[in-house]
Amino acid sequence: MRLLSGIPLLRIVPDDTKFDFMRFRRFSFPMSAMLSIVAIFLYFHPGLNLGIDFIGGTLIELQTKDGPADLAKMRATLTGLNLGDVQLQSFGGPDNVLIRVAQQPGGDAAQQAAVAKVRGALGENVEYRRVEVVGPRVSSELLSYGTIGIIVAIGAILIYLWFRFEWQFALGAMIANVHDLVLTLGFMSLTQVDFDLTSIAALLTILGYSLNDTVVIYDRIREMLRRYKKLPMTDLLNVSINSTLSRSIITHLTVTLALLALFLFGGHAIHGFVTTMMFGVVLVGTYTSVFIASPILIYLGVGTGRKEAVETTESVPSGNVRFSARDA
Amino acid sequence: MLYFSRWKALATLLTALIVCVLALPNFLSEASMKKLPAWAQRHIVLGLDLQGGSQILLEVDANYVRREKAEALRDDVRRVLRDARVGYTGLAVRGLSVEVRIREESNFDQALAKLRELSQPVGGLLSTTGQRSVDVVDAGNRLVQLTISQPAITERIRQSVDQSIQIVERRINELGTVEPLIQRQGVDRILVQVPGVDNPTRIIELLGKTAKLTFRLVDVNGSVEQAVQGRVPPDDDLLYGPQKEGKPAYLIEKRIMVSGEDLTDAQPGFDQRTGEPIVSFKFNLSGARKFAQVTQENVGRPFAIVLDNEVISAPVIREPILGGSGQISGSFTVQGANDLAILLRAGALPAPLTVIEQRVVGAGLGQDSIANGTRAAYLGAVLVVLSMLLIYGKFGLIANVAVAINVAMIFGVLSLLNATLTLPGIIGIVLTIGIAVDSNVLIYERIREEVRSGRTAIAAIDAGFTRALATILDSNITTFIAATVLFFIGTGPVRGFAVTLGVGIITTVFTAFTLTRLIMSWWVRWKRPTRLATS
Repeated sequence: MRLLSGIPLLRIVPDDTKFDFMRFRRFSFPMSAMLSIVAIFLYFHPGLNLGIDFIGGTLIELQTKDGPADLAKMRATLTGLNLGDVQLQSFGGPDNVLIRVAQQPGGDAAQQAAVAKVRGALGENVEYRRVEVVGPRVSSELLSYGTIGIIVAIGAILIYLWFRFEWQFALGAMIANVHDLVLTLGFMSLTQVDFDLTSIAALLTILGYSLNDTVVIYDRIREMLRRYKKLPMTDLLNVSINSTLSRSIITHLTVTLALLALFLFGGHAIHGFVTTMMFGVVLVGTYTSVFIASPILIYLGVGTGRKEAVETTESVPSGNVRFSARDA
Repeated sequence: MLYFSRWKALATLLTALIVCVLALPNFLSEASMKKLPAWAQRHIVLGLDLQGGSQILLEVDANYVRREKAEALRDDVRRVLRDARVGYTGLAVRGLSVEVRIREESNFDQALAKLRELSQPVGGLLSTTGQRSVDVVDAGNRLVQLTISQPAITERIRQSVDQSIQIVERRINELGTVEPLIQRQGVDRILVQVPGVDNPTRIIELLGKTAKLTFRLVDVNGSVEQAVQGRVPPDDDLLYGPQKEGKPAYLIEKRIMVSGEDLTDAQPGFDQRTGEPIVSFKFNLSGARKFAQVTQENVGRPFAIVLDNEVISAPVIREPILGGSGQISGSFTVQGANDLAILLRAGALPAPLTVIEQRVVGAGLGQDSIANGTRAAYLGAVLVVLSMLLIYGKFGLIANVAVAINVAMIFGVLSLLNATLTLPGIIGIVLTIGIAVDSNVLIYERIREEVRSGRTAIAAIDAGFTRALATILDSNITTFIAATVLFFIGTGPVRGFAVTLGVGIITTVFTAFTLTRLIMSWWVRWKRPTRLATS
């Protein structure tokens, strides 16, 4: 097995895989459509758990100095302050508490006054680990920046791909992209993870990485299109995906390992971020590039002329003609 | 692809080395870093979420600025018309406009011409924008309408923010905090970051006061009762004393005799007779002269000390005060006297500031985040390095060397930019470790394919690089676009993530295009392989 200079020690993916990925499109397209509908439904009900970054209000994370926190007592103290909706929850450990105070009526100054009240009421026996107060104006700005940011990112990437490939590829990538975003938003609604500024960061990163994957396969498809003029489109796509499969799997393995490290050791504060990334990059992103972004090119009319031209003189369809010469 | 001229190889190595060396100052202690020349002191700054501290976003009250600007315009109109001896009626402020009706048709044109002189080019006489500060319109029927232009308002808000930044800085420095960072954000906002402070309540209190101090005479002839019912004499203001004294009402003359701008010093202290906290102050020369004159001419009258439209006290002038110094005694607490002294020393804000966002991270959470982030980064690196070794053997080693240099270069670039490292920023670095090996994976897989299609080792490596690099560039640019967008929309920690992600992509592409290729070419030259094993 190890010869001469020995590139690989361990083969994760066997050489010359010949999975017929294209056959799955009759299954993957309806499934994605259905999942998207479910995600959209989840987006509206129960909806995203918007954090204070976007709806304003106060978030306090504290640690009690003398033993486990008495949530009931704290709740009673804080309810007595007349601050409207106050939520308390245990966070990471028995002496860590997360308090959310709803947006106060009366503009920005009222939010600051509310925090001062809470600080006063809870006294000296707690350590404030994090206090965030976002006024009504900042939160509505952040929400619109976030939305605009995602739209601009999709637009900019679309233009880049259009410039670099053909419009069908750009459109295909964008459909895949939106599909990723919709599913991820559905996932976030389902898990009720706090949706805040870092979630926007997660969404944009998912966008970037999922496209990264799609672009690698598209690059190969484009190359194949140039090299094999008559190869039927479905076969061509199959060969392209199969020949990049090993790379896809290895790269996702390393990214997953990095995310796993973050999930295990990164601390409580970033769990939501990391979980979302795992779902978006590893699960959805990979699936989309293979089962949505690639087959959709057929429907967008890439290589229409060559479709179903089964009796061709070229004989690459088996997927390994040029790659079959095993040396070593 | 595999041929490197000696110069190119040298340049590549030198670039990588220099960028890595840039990261070194981060490992020095504060003291030894200070010994370096200034250009070498660039280093990564820990974000507030890692070192603990408070961040406060303030907004200048734009409505106040508009109102003040409009009132100033009204006073200007009054002065101009009086100086020109033109009779007028109905001088009033309406939003951003001032309206005035000239009594006589005969001197209307003269008045209009004089009023037009009030309009100045925005941004001073040297401005080239051609925008005027006031639009003067003849509204017919001897009515003149003067409207402040939008650029003039924006300019004024800008100036207010600039002045406010200085004053905020002075006030916060008075509290003895370490290295506060105060900067403008957008048009009308000020971002204040104070490391190490985990309860910014006092700072917020100090910044929440405009601290406009005026010395004005009390109108002893007017009736306070009538004023409370709404009939305030035109030249007076109805103002109140402090809450804790039961908010006594005063009729205070509008005319300002001396103002806080003329103060040179203010110090907290104690009254020698009563022992209660006071603030003693000192005027500059012109302030002292004005103060002496007023107190000389008004012995026996109460003289009010007004802070932000609240009457702190209104003592009766017993004798002329000629020395240019005095003291304010209200019902202060020790901290109250201290704060007032700070406010008076720092000066008044041109317009009130509102806190619109506050984010505080305690030192404990910051330390935990650093510990968690570092642990996650080490674990992530170990996992990725091991898997690359397992999958690619010797080539995996090359990939790992490239990733290690890559990470060192990220730190170098971040140091060069004096960038802020945040918790999301650490996530960005860990993700980069995971994704950086992708370029090597792409190259190796491509080489494998080329080998299997029957090429010799060197030809396969060459072709593998050529084909893979195009893909690496394409696939990284998409992520880079996302990072750029995130940089522009994000603030604080999220921006830190965008920076490390973006820098990570650049160093990744650099190492893939140069370093990995260089190491590979050395290896090829050294081993001269004829064929590569692929399975």
